Amino acid sequence: MSRICFVACTSSGTVAYSQVVMPGAYRRPIGATGPAAITTLRQVTRAMRGSDWEGVRLHVVTGKGGTGKTTVAAALAIALANGGRRTLLVEVEGRQGIAGLFDSPPLPYQERRVALAPDGGEVMALAIDPEAALLEYLELFYRAGRAGKMLDRIGAIDFATTIAPGLRDVLLTGKAYEATNRRQAGVPVYDAVVMDAPPTGRITRFLNVNSEVAGLARVGPIRNQADAIMRLIGSPQTAVHLVTVLEEMPVQETTDGVAQLEAAGLQVGGIVVNMVRTSPLRAREIDAAARGGLDVEQVAAGLTAVGLPEGSARGLLAEARRHALRVQLERAERRSLAGLARPTYELPLVHGGIDLGALYELSARLTAGGAA
Amino acid sequence: MSAAGPSGHPPLGPTLDLGGLIGDRRIRTVVCCGAGGVGKTTTAAALALHAAERGRNVVVLTIDPARRLAQSMGLTELDNTPRRVPGVDQRAGGSLDAMMLDMKRTFDEIVLAHADEARAQAILDNPFYQSLSSSFAGTQEYMAMEKLGQLRAQADRTGQWDLIVVDTPPSRSALDFLDAPKRLGSFLDGRLIKILLAPAKAGGRAYLRVLNTGFSMVTGALTRVLGAQVLKDVQTFVAAFDTLFGGFRERAESTYRLLKAPGTSFLVVAIPERDALREASYFTERLAEEGMPLGGLVLNRVHATDAPEISPERALAAAEQLEATGAHRLTAELLRLHADRERLIARERHLAERFTAAHPKVGVVEVVARPGDVHDLDGLRDLARDLAWGSASDNAPGAADTRR
Ligand SMILES: Nc1ncnc2c1ncn2[C@@H]1O[C@H](COP(=O)(O)OP(=O)(O)O)[C@@H](O)[C@H]1O
Ligand SMILES: Nc1ncnc2c1ncn2[C@@H]1O[C@H](COP(=O)(O)OP(=O)(O)O)[C@@H](O)[C@H]1O
Ligand SMILES: [Mg+2]
Ligand SMILES: [Mg+2]
Repeated sequence: MSRICFVACTSSGTVAYSQVVMPGAYRRPIGATGPAAITTLRQVTRAMRGSDWEGVRLHVVTGKGGTGKTTVAAALAIALANGGRRTLLVEVEGRQGIAGLFDSPPLPYQERRVALAPDGGEVMALAIDPEAALLEYLELFYRAGRAGKMLDRIGAIDFATTIAPGLRDVLLTGKAYEATNRRQAGVPVYDAVVMDAPPTGRITRFLNVNSEVAGLARVGPIRNQADAIMRLIGSPQTAVHLVTVLEEMPVQETTDGVAQLEAAGLQVGGIVVNMVRTSPLRAREIDAAARGGLDVEQVAAGLTAVGLPEGSARGLLAEARRHALRVQLERAERRSLAGLARPTYELPLVHGGIDLGALYELSARLTAGGAA
Repeated sequence: MSAAGPSGHPPLGPTLDLGGLIGDRRIRTVVCCGAGGVGKTTTAAALALHAAERGRNVVVLTIDPARRLAQSMGLTELDNTPRRVPGVDQRAGGSLDAMMLDMKRTFDEIVLAHADEARAQAILDNPFYQSLSSSFAGTQEYMAMEKLGQLRAQADRTGQWDLIVVDTPPSRSALDFLDAPKRLGSFLDGRLIKILLAPAKAGGRAYLRVLNTGFSMVTGALTRVLGAQVLKDVQTFVAAFDTLFGGFRERAESTYRLLKAPGTSFLVVAIPERDALREASYFTERLAEEGMPLGGLVLNRVHATDAPEISPERALAAAEQLEATGAHRLTAELLRLHADRERLIARERHLAERFTAAHPKVGVVEVVARPGDVHDLDGLRDLARDLAWGSASDNAPGAADTRR
């Protein structure tokens, strides 16, 4: 809907993007970054491109361990907050990865602001702790008060969240569900919730809370809770994005993950190809380099021209070969990802590690690519 | 260049002589540890293959091999027992068996071995057991240790293997391998379990008298949230498990002791990235505290240089100079590639040097990043060449030219 409206607006020459693409912006203007400020080039480009995930309110980010789930989830939360919106970044694995990324002390079980979006907007974060979530839940539904503390003291909470089949997952997804649906004065508190989720191998089971708690409860509050969560997760308001790098194992996992998610009836979102390297060589040169077919004399002549030892030509060609073989493999992995026919976003390999600046850079790429 | 490792760089620290380590017949167990995704499984497989082709009778316990690697090692059947790996050069008199850990099955087998049939079946059918055996964080580590204990006992009994190489589960932290069994133990030994056992032990509802009213509030709350059936399942599970538990604990402890015995050597695997090296550091310190023998650090996936004589600054300046003239475009591009590579290597070495500065006595061997995955025996042999770099016999002049 918003895209159609936007086309109409531009054709008439008005610059009223905010009304159509950023509902959050006029709902809750922050400082000077209300609708009036939204005329930067980047925003215009973004508005023209539109987001591929219009209408999605819960973004689940999965992927093989180490491919950059936490990093991408954070960058996406920033991108989605752009333009005066507010997003919540949640983590569910008790690793305090978000705190590490934003260089903040460990997150308590409490929503905290971790970043501002460059064009206005804020990113809140929450580390969901299943034990705290269970206590909260008991309190909410049973006013468990003293009994809750007692349960905690004797280790019942630990026990229940550790081995009760599926309970842990229902609590974790349940909290994300609550935050996604939370309203204040009739208005959603968060424009979007981004979940730094468990890895691909576990994601389908994790999200499929319904079958998870089947053995636990057939009726009762947990069952109702699971049904409500499932309605959100299975709806077009939820998208599961997969992060990968251009290597065999992660790409294989991505392919398997997409199949499993689809089989479970969950909406597969985009594929984020992370840590992409660029090559100064042209395609033809890559193939020649990989074959060992680049001309050593030619390179040696170039070296001589700048006063470098011509003998280094062999070394440079050997390095070019390593590089080219790698690029060729990446090409093959890219092809198999293309076979998935999902919106795909590439993020560059950032040299020297991820700091806040790099996160903003990655979030801008996601925006430009249409992920937010 | 003779002092250089497989990466073409001077050594980072004392050289880890892995060829010597596996050639030493007193070494009977090698455990590969490290953060997730650094190459533990690949290193374990490559080292095991190398040892087998040098004449040792090896069994390698892999946890989560990549699909193609598993296939090429004949690990297609998940039957939780070692199988002969085809295609291994046996001329030196060695052999290689391999298996992939089936965590749930290993757990089931322990239950079956420790309880009479009826009780065992009750446990296996219990939903809480099923959850614990398939998804408790730590079960995999515990079962890896259990399996190692079993293989060790079998090797001692039958003499069929003289070297066991163990891969460890893909945990975030290398320490999990050492901590998880204890965590599982203390979990199963916790206060709640004792309380839940009380009714069974005291008989009937006697516990209500023993415990204060707070407890009935607790069970009341649990019953309301989870339902009465769930509470009953928990109690059945805990009661059945309790009889097994002593045995469990003993086994975990004896395997843990095995790890301290002479004849065991740990290898810490890392890649030249901050997190992985930090893990390697923690693990190294922990091994020292526990009195467990560290073989050394395998620094995997380092980048290699083939033109160390050209500094990155010089390469960039030369590339710019060429670009300004418009001639020799290819040479300029290769110089830029070289500059990028040298910078990457400098960052990698900087990170690795922090490790070696903190642990100056730990031997290090570098393994060069291959352009693609390692998924067959030839790929493993190729890696093993780097792994065994520190052994004089493998470090023949010209060997560097065979690297990819
Ligand atoms: N685009 C990138 N460029 C460079 N390093 C990256 C990039 N994305 C992630 N990383 C780094 O890779 C490592 C793993 O990323 P992380 O987000 O923690 O992955 P996961 O949550 O999937 O385990 C971290 O050290 C992170 O800083
Ligand atoms: N030196 C190397 N060069 C290139 N690829 C490697 C190297 N070592 C490992 N790999 C690849 O990295 C991936 C992860 O390795 P793996 O051994 O499974 O790690 P871990 O067991 O620590 O999780 C595999 O695809 C493997 O082929
Ligand atoms: Mg993470
Ligand atoms: Mg592994």
